[in-house]
Amino acid sequence: MSGFVLVIRRDLHLAFRQGFESLMVVAFFVIAVLLFPLGVGPETNILARILPGVIWVAALLASMLSLERLFQTDYEDGSLELLALQPVALEVMVMAKVTAHWLTTGLPLIVAAPLLAVLMNMPADGLWALMAALVIGTPSLSLIGAIGAALILGSRRGGILLSLLVLPLYIPVLIFGASAVDAALGGFSAKPQLLILSGLLVAALPLCPWAGAAALRQSME
Amino acid sequence: MFHRFANPARFLRLAAAVQPWAAGATVVLLATGLVLGLVASPADYQQGETVRIMYVHVPSAWMAIFCYSALAGACAVALIWKHPLAGLAARATAPIGAAFTFLALVTGSLWGKPMWGTWWVWDARLTSVLVLFFLYLGYMALDNAFDDPGRGAKASSILALVGFVNVPIIKFSVDWWNTLHQPSSVVKMGGPAIHPSMLTPLLLMGLAFTTYYVWVLLIRIRREIIATKIRALQMRQAAGQGAAAPAAAPAPGEAR
Repeated sequence: MSGFVLVIRRDLHLAFRQGFESLMVVAFFVIAVLLFPLGVGPETNILARILPGVIWVAALLASMLSLERLFQTDYEDGSLELLALQPVALEVMVMAKVTAHWLTTGLPLIVAAPLLAVLMNMPADGLWALMAALVIGTPSLSLIGAIGAALILGSRRGGILLSLLVLPLYIPVLIFGASAVDAALGGFSAKPQLLILSGLLVAALPLCPWAGAAALRQSME
Repeated sequence: MFHRFANPARFLRLAAAVQPWAAGATVVLLATGLVLGLVASPADYQQGETVRIMYVHVPSAWMAIFCYSALAGACAVALIWKHPLAGLAARATAPIGAAFTFLALVTGSLWGKPMWGTWWVWDARLTSVLVLFFLYLGYMALDNAFDDPGRGAKASSILALVGFVNVPIIKFSVDWWNTLHQPSSVVKMGGPAIHPSMLTPLLLMGLAFTTYYVWVLLIRIRREIIATKIRALQMRQAAGQGAAAPAAAPAPGEAR
């Protein structure tokens, strides 16, 4: 367990020391969402209608942007091999990296989301559903993304390849995340969608670190 | 038994024996199925003549899922037992499966326009099959993204296994979400809900698509084996030339 905490601590240290990276992710998220009123036009009812989907798509892309670096720098400077040599299972290491990724990208997105919702005139009853869906959904994004990030190590054109691998697998989270907010905005209970999102997370929690560790092992052969 | 076919020479002999039979069966089954489906079978009382799209659409969709299952199975065998032919089979299956998925999407779209009044709806079945298509594309992209082909094969195998979660979703999407796409009427409790005059050509077409898959798969695997041999010969030749010019000779033993 201490290895788990140490890796998280190390990644957070690195993120803070290099600074700005998670801030840039949030900046991308905010700018991407703010492009929509400019592109679609400022009518409040149209914006309110598309907002849940827009916020979720922007969150998906923002979370994916930072994925490429999840294992890449460790792979290049060799610290990934040192992590693999530790007496702790590689799956636990992947879990720690994913947790650190979520803390540096998922959590800032969740903090920034209410601000955007207010800017875009989202009614208050949709807000709590959006927050709940993001809290349950973004960890799944980090988990699923870790598989893609591990698979592209050492490939040509990693970043664009990553989007092709990861975005199709993100679709269920997007569908249920956005429809939870839609349901709440329409005056229905968001509970079914939130339960399905939780189900996705519960399935991803054991399976993704396992697949990610398998991908890391073959990258270091 | 399992490792008997790991020997490429033995596999090539077997493939050469099976391939003409698969080709002949494809031609015969396809011809019979098309004649029965397009000419002999009745038009639907509701859908009219457009129901004949079914004889291409449904087998393509079956094959799209069948090919992905075969791909995932071959990848699992290649990863677990390092079976060389399983890797080749997976590589050879992916483009065929992608083509079947594309065919299913296109024919479904053509069928949807007269029946549902739209080319495309974001229904659970259609969306999950589209995701399947992207998974095939991702598999092929990842397979070709590495300078070392062995790494590409392993990385893409893991991706194929991860993507297998989509297969049950496709299968049960019409039962879980009650949307526009109709549920299965061939494989269901209490026997098929299709009249034999339509079921027979449909099953014949399904068989024809399967034998077509076997036929093309064998061609592609043989091609892969031959390409590997040519590459080995070229490497040997290059190494031989390197040895002849002593100044630039690395180590002739490098290329097996």
